[in-house]
Amino acid sequence: MTAKPRPVPTPDTQFYWDRAAEEELWLPRCDAEGTVFWYPRDFCPSCGSRSVSWVRASGRGTLAAFVVNHTPHPSYAADGPYVIALVQLEEGPRLMTNILGVEPDPAQLPIGMPVEVVFEDRGEGLKVPQFRPVAA
Amino acid sequence: MSGLPDVVIVGAAESENVGVVPDQSQFQLAADSVLRALAQCGLGIGDVDGVASTLQVAQFAHHLGTRPRWLDGTGVGGCSYMLHVRHAVAAIQTGQADVVVVAHGESGRSRVGPTLRVPDMASPGGQFELTYGVAGTFSSFTIPTTAYLHKYGLGEEALAEVTAAQSAWASQNPRAFRGKSLTVDDVLASRIIAWPFHVLECCPVTDGGGALVLTSAERAADLDLTGPPVRVAGSGETCEGPGASFMEDLTTFRGFRDSSAEALRQADLTVADIDHLMVYDAYAHLPLYGLEDIGFVGRGEASAFIASGATRPGGSLPMNTNGGGLLYTHTGQYGMFAIQEAVRQLRGEAVVQVPDVRTSLIQGVGGMFSAAGALVLTTA
Ligand SMILES: [Zn+2]
Repeated sequence: MTAKPRPVPTPDTQFYWDRAAEEELWLPRCDAEGTVFWYPRDFCPSCGSRSVSWVRASGRGTLAAFVVNHTPHPSYAADGPYVIALVQLEEGPRLMTNILGVEPDPAQLPIGMPVEVVFEDRGEGLKVPQFRPVAA
Repeated sequence: MSGLPDVVIVGAAESENVGVVPDQSQFQLAADSVLRALAQCGLGIGDVDGVASTLQVAQFAHHLGTRPRWLDGTGVGGCSYMLHVRHAVAAIQTGQADVVVVAHGESGRSRVGPTLRVPDMASPGGQFELTYGVAGTFSSFTIPTTAYLHKYGLGEEALAEVTAAQSAWASQNPRAFRGKSLTVDDVLASRIIAWPFHVLECCPVTDGGGALVLTSAERAADLDLTGPPVRVAGSGETCEGPGASFMEDLTTFRGFRDSSAEALRQADLTVADIDHLMVYDAYAHLPLYGLEDIGFVGRGEASAFIASGATRPGGSLPMNTNGGGLLYTHTGQYGMFAIQEAVRQLRGEAVVQVPDVRTSLIQGVGGMFSAAGALVLTTA
């Protein structure tokens, strides 16, 4: 079985993946403007400030958009149809994710549904942020 | 209006074969198209001093036998050819080149001499999109659509209407890869690729080529042309994010808005002046975004506009009149074929000809809601 994709961190994203390996979701923030931005860079793409830091995210957000993919990536083939989604985080950024813990049925995936972060272990020290519906 | 000399398209040709072409490489498909386009304007390879292509442009310029003084290898996906045309116009206006060839060849289906694309897991799109089992453009370019459908209270049939309307053109076009007449129900009954997208709402993958020859209107007047010259009246280009998840707003593409606005402004025209429209349709949501983002209809109104028949033969805004990328052909970087169809319509040479086309707007997208390029072409 093909292993699921492994992101290759760059120096400006290393912190994000290191924290994810500890099951924490952190986001880059512009110190000059006090705003969170996405994706991680060592400067702010809004104002150009090089003064950026990291803030821990609540891990909560809402389902913004999705597809139910019936034509899988080879590494996902054993899973059956799966959801590839965009989640709008409370802090503002929008992240791509799978939606775990839900039937891959559009009726179970209302836009605006509250979701929360979980971490998927892909082995060899890699954990990737994923989202699941918030338990009712 | 600008005071700059007019630039015109004097040659426009597709490769002899499009669709399934297992016996020709990408360079062969592109070179076949270039020679056909040059033959339309009485020019030869020796006259070409500018070359633009998504193929490795220095290699391809040499392959053609040219000695260029201007090269453009802009590669931003399927709309690259709109950008090539825009750049070629500026080059010709400023004397950097006299005769520019823009060439496309892609063996997307048969993979003969293909351009290798290796997923880059260190890029922003690699780290933050491909990690999640994106299997192809069909499973990520499409994602924003559910936000769009939700916002306007639309269902799956909004997408199916796009394919059904375009089949009214494709079913009259013998070169169309998918040439059947299709109803909304036919489309909805086709296999699901990535819900809400069915296979007939996703482009096929084909082989083919296309080429354009551009020069000044002044030079064109001295050429022996097989068809009337087509003027490049306006153009626009821009980019947004590296993938669908990085869009500023999931329900509208700034790339479409900005590039079309600039092209219309440069042409000194408004949408009301446009007789014919091509909107790059790798997937069925793109004509919906395009119609709204360019400003032909209001927000959320595009599918009803298409369902009304407005974009079909005899309608008020004929759109994707070759059948589009969804039905005509889609080699991977379809933009060249959208331009080819607009030129044919303006020359009065289309397979399914719209009467009296004097203006055409061509809206391209590159990558997944990443780059955008627009052209306004008119009769000279
Ligand atoms: Zn800032």
